[in-house]
Amino acid sequence: MMLKVAAKKHRGVFALDANFELPTPGVVALFGRSGCGKTTLVNVIAGLLAAESGQVVLDDAVLLDTGRNIVVPPEKRRIGYVFQDARLFPHLKVAANLRYAFKRAAVAPFVGLDRVVDLLDLGPLMARQTHELSGGERQRVAIGRALLSQPSLLLLDEPLASLDASRREEVLPYLESLRDELAVPMVYVSHNFDEVLRLATHLVLMESGKTIAQGDLGEMSLHPRVRAIIGADAVGAIVDGTVLGTDSSSGLTRVQVASSVLRVHCGEVVPGARLRVQLLARDLIVATEAPRHLSVRNYLKGVVMSIADDVEDSDLIAIDIGGVLIMARVTKAATSELGLAPGKAVWALVKTASLRPRAI
Amino acid sequence: MWLSANESEALALSLSVATRSVLLSLPFALLLAWVLTRKQFHGRTVLDAFVHLPLVLPPVVVGYILLLLFGARGPIGSWLDRVFGIELIFTRNGAALATAVMSFPLMVRAMRISLENVDRGLEDAARTLGAGAFDRFATITLPLMLPGVLAGAITAFSAALGEFGAVITFVSNIPGETRTLPLALYTALQTPGGDTEAARLAIISCVLGLGGLLLSEWFARRVRRMLGR
Repeated sequence: MMLKVAAKKHRGVFALDANFELPTPGVVALFGRSGCGKTTLVNVIAGLLAAESGQVVLDDAVLLDTGRNIVVPPEKRRIGYVFQDARLFPHLKVAANLRYAFKRAAVAPFVGLDRVVDLLDLGPLMARQTHELSGGERQRVAIGRALLSQPSLLLLDEPLASLDASRREEVLPYLESLRDELAVPMVYVSHNFDEVLRLATHLVLMESGKTIAQGDLGEMSLHPRVRAIIGADAVGAIVDGTVLGTDSSSGLTRVQVASSVLRVHCGEVVPGARLRVQLLARDLIVATEAPRHLSVRNYLKGVVMSIADDVEDSDLIAIDIGGVLIMARVTKAATSELGLAPGKAVWALVKTASLRPRAI
Repeated sequence: MWLSANESEALALSLSVATRSVLLSLPFALLLAWVLTRKQFHGRTVLDAFVHLPLVLPPVVVGYILLLLFGARGPIGSWLDRVFGIELIFTRNGAALATAVMSFPLMVRAMRISLENVDRGLEDAARTLGAGAFDRFATITLPLMLPGVLAGAITAFSAALGEFGAVITFVSNIPGETRTLPLALYTALQTPGGDTEAARLAIISCVLGLGGLLLSEWFARRVRRMLGR
């Protein structure tokens, strides 16, 4: 199952030229700086903006194909849209906003009112007027309303951008549980890499109207253009692993990542659960011999794949740890002293304290 | 009752004519407000000017044009009579038509302003939720422009109560049929010893006008509170 999007559109000097695919169900992050055309692309997918040429195909439903003169109007696309500014209907109470969507659903419901109220914790808000809601509450209602239209695809256009950090934290867990409990594919627009990290399975990178790269999140986390946007401190590989078990003596959870085992702190998890860990380049230490007598708990054995110039006289070393790439930042001095070069066997070291695993 | 038979007749007739006038113009005003705000087409400016014409024309001219078009031998008037049996000339329905035409620009204006203030984004949101064009208008656009529709209707109602020139030209001054408050006042002034009645009719008009303004303000406040502004 697949979402396929292609769109071309000109607007003054701005040119949209987008092209991406997402295996469904999944969450694709449209990632890029502000003003790079993410919202325009999402509006084309929703059908609210006309593209000069393009294609939107969701599984076997052709929603747009300018070549074949197929343009399904937005009200018939079954695409839920969560706008940045929520756009709740001000003359209707929260409950009526939700029912508005539910009543107009074109298919037999796969998610009912009670389930959505429960998932998003909307119960206490139902009788409120929309102007009595906080920013985070508004977005939760907007998400619920979009879901109740029984969409086959959910578009979220920077739903958290207008919220401060603590409000954001109020909404993010709900989005995570949506992704895990309902198999609705999502297109999530963001310029905040932290949100992308928590929600997305895939990433499409946009720059000045063009989709310049795409792939699964792990692979894209190492892309040079993504690194340029998120800043040197946030650069690092995102790796997914499987929980092996928890050591009762140390309380640390062992996670199999490629051919290595990471020890991380995390809450209650069952063996077999999937965890996602970000290995920040600045947190990794590179050794050319098996290290001993160190407090570090995590040794990832691998082979240097490439060395690239990085910020402030340092190099970014790409290391293959058994089919998975990770990145370490070391000074140029260290590169030459250790004789790091492609093909060299190395150990990447990372403190357990610097790892924050997340369930996926 | 403190009103004389003549006065209460004129008052009841005025209210009846104004009500008919508002009911008659409301759907057309809504349609025109929508067309003028939302549609781009050639001749939009001309249509806009045409709608505003009664504001700048002498009311007598409007009455005269109505006479030509809707009179017994006028193209529309004779057709209405033949097909529906509707007679406009010298009737209260004719008076309602004349006041409707005169107050039409005020109504369209109020509706346009409120329609321009409706957030198109909300209509887009309704669209993504599966609402078709008519559904969106009825459930989102119209409720949100309701303050303007009400304000327009109340202004038009008040203007209809006071219309003189177009009414007297088109449907004359017939007691109990077309002699509304301002026409009754005019008649009283023309009658020897009618000063007291004229003054009383003037007071009734003032009270009606004031009542209309207060009612309109009360509505506006209620709606604002409902929308949380």
